[in-house]
Amino acid sequence: MDTDFARSRRRDLIVAFCLAAIAAVVPLFVKDVYVQNIMVLTLMWGALSQSWNILSGYCGQISLGHALYFGIGAYTTALLFTKFGVLPWFGMIGGGVISAIIAMALGYPCFRLRGHYFVIATIVIAEIGLLLFHNWDWAGAALGIDIPVRGDSWLKFQFTRSKLPYFYFALALACVAWFVTWWLEDSKWGYWWRAVKDNPDAAESLGVVVFNSKMGAAAVSAFLVAVGGSFYAQFVSYIDPESVMGFQFSLLMALPAVLGGIGTLWGPMLGAVILIPLTELTRSFIGGSGRGVDLIVYGGLIIAISLARPQGLVGLFTPKREEAAR
Amino acid sequence: MTAQTIIQSLASGLLMGLLYGLIAVGLALIFGLMDVVNFAHGEFLMIAMYATFFLFAFFAIDPLLSAPLVAAALFVFGAVAYLLIVRFAVRAKANAGMVQIFSTFGLAIVMRGLAQYFFTPDYRSVTHSWLGGKTVSIGGIFLPEPQLIGAAVAIAAFGGLYFFINRTDFGRALEATREDAGAVALVGIDKNRVFALGWGLGAALVGLAGAIMSIFFYIYPDVGASFALIAYVTVALGGFGSVFGAFAGGIIVGLVEASTALLLPPSLKAVGIYAVYLLVVFVRPRGLFGSM
Repeated sequence: MDTDFARSRRRDLIVAFCLAAIAAVVPLFVKDVYVQNIMVLTLMWGALSQSWNILSGYCGQISLGHALYFGIGAYTTALLFTKFGVLPWFGMIGGGVISAIIAMALGYPCFRLRGHYFVIATIVIAEIGLLLFHNWDWAGAALGIDIPVRGDSWLKFQFTRSKLPYFYFALALACVAWFVTWWLEDSKWGYWWRAVKDNPDAAESLGVVVFNSKMGAAAVSAFLVAVGGSFYAQFVSYIDPESVMGFQFSLLMALPAVLGGIGTLWGPMLGAVILIPLTELTRSFIGGSGRGVDLIVYGGLIIAISLARPQGLVGLFTPKREEAAR
Repeated sequence: MTAQTIIQSLASGLLMGLLYGLIAVGLALIFGLMDVVNFAHGEFLMIAMYATFFLFAFFAIDPLLSAPLVAAALFVFGAVAYLLIVRFAVRAKANAGMVQIFSTFGLAIVMRGLAQYFFTPDYRSVTHSWLGGKTVSIGGIFLPEPQLIGAAVAIAAFGGLYFFINRTDFGRALEATREDAGAVALVGIDKNRVFALGWGLGAALVGLAGAIMSIFFYIYPDVGASFALIAYVTVALGGFGSVFGAFAGGIIVGLVEASTALLLPPSLKAVGIYAVYLLVVFVRPRGLFGSM
């Protein structure tokens, strides 16, 4: 079994490399800006969901408040850039570090909570963050921040002429999130997380440092989500509290993982590849009327998929033998 | 800030709190029965408000009269939602928690979409109802009549629910199923029927709240979302599964909201509720009246 596991891990890495290489070539042939936009969003949501999956899927601490970290990433970058002229790259790292610290500070009291109490605490904390940003005048309050165009370069992380650079950054982010997950899966933390998820009491009694491993998961997860938020701010170049910290962002982060397979390596990416183009297409083709048809289709799909395949779609691609080995 | 203002806000907070309790109690009932949180609870409230509005707009039925009708309609709706969706979500063997969250959340999105499609995103309101705009003065404190009636309805509904659970056969079946869903099957109680009844009851209670609230809140497709979050906090504050906890939680939430509004700008009044929730569960991770 051990050699099987090592072999399947090696195969995962090779498959990921091939997929990333194929993805990198696609936009050279697909020049349609609308399609490229969808590809950027797909990669970004894939990366976000992959990061969310580390805390909520592997470690089993279901967070519906990750919009907080997304928003902190977006705001840190945007505020540093517009108020002090600090390059978005530093904002990205800064936002990630701030988010990781906040995630651990919040985890300290929250990780004592279980089940729905924890889920509601995460929603409520993100909601408090949203309300505070709504009322914080220096940060633009409800009006938000318009990020001015100051050039077209990798240095300033602004691109006005083409979506390609955004695409490659999103691809890199998705690869990093995937690789971090892959790496952690077979690390000490990875095993701890699964033990904590399956049975926290038993894990504790076997000497797993439950609390510390939850903190680690929260920090990694929040850091990566904040980098995603900071990317998003540069990509759309306008942010306001509702558009980066709203509850729907927390759900959108969870959905691809749930759809693809929560707590699995490939689930979030698979979910994003299916869900995001679908969302964007339903929105532009039947949502244009503003009459909610896209919501009906989207919600109906969520119900159908979560009822029909509770374990996620990723199982469809895994041969039975290996599923048993895991 | 005079003593008068403080008493005035606390009195209004208390009235609103009873309504919050009424919204939350259905959620608590369903959770206690089968460990499921209904993430479409706010949307149940929303359709109850629309139902009241249309009964008023087309047939000129006052919200006070239509409240029982709306509650009955919501009862059927809740039971059907259970039979069509939740019944299957509960059966999920893998990721049961997430499946429940996302199937009921999917239902919420569909309901919002349907409301937008059929009723448009416009804001609507019940104009000139019997109670609308009237206030009563008690010892120098002014209380709006709709909220007073709402509080009375909430107290009556709690009483009725208490009677139903403790004194009727169906209530006893509900209680037995809640304690051991496997064992009740052995004595010939149909678990699905009891669960459907629980969902019907939970929806009927929120239907009652929606009918009353349509007198003093605007009605639009997203109106449920903000109340739903308050309802989750209310239930969790009282302790999941405790119907009494939801009642007490509602009163606390109403009072906290009113006090926050005195101290902070109105746009931050919800922060007080959330902060109190966090404080309570950090000290008592099972809520005020929740059992282990």
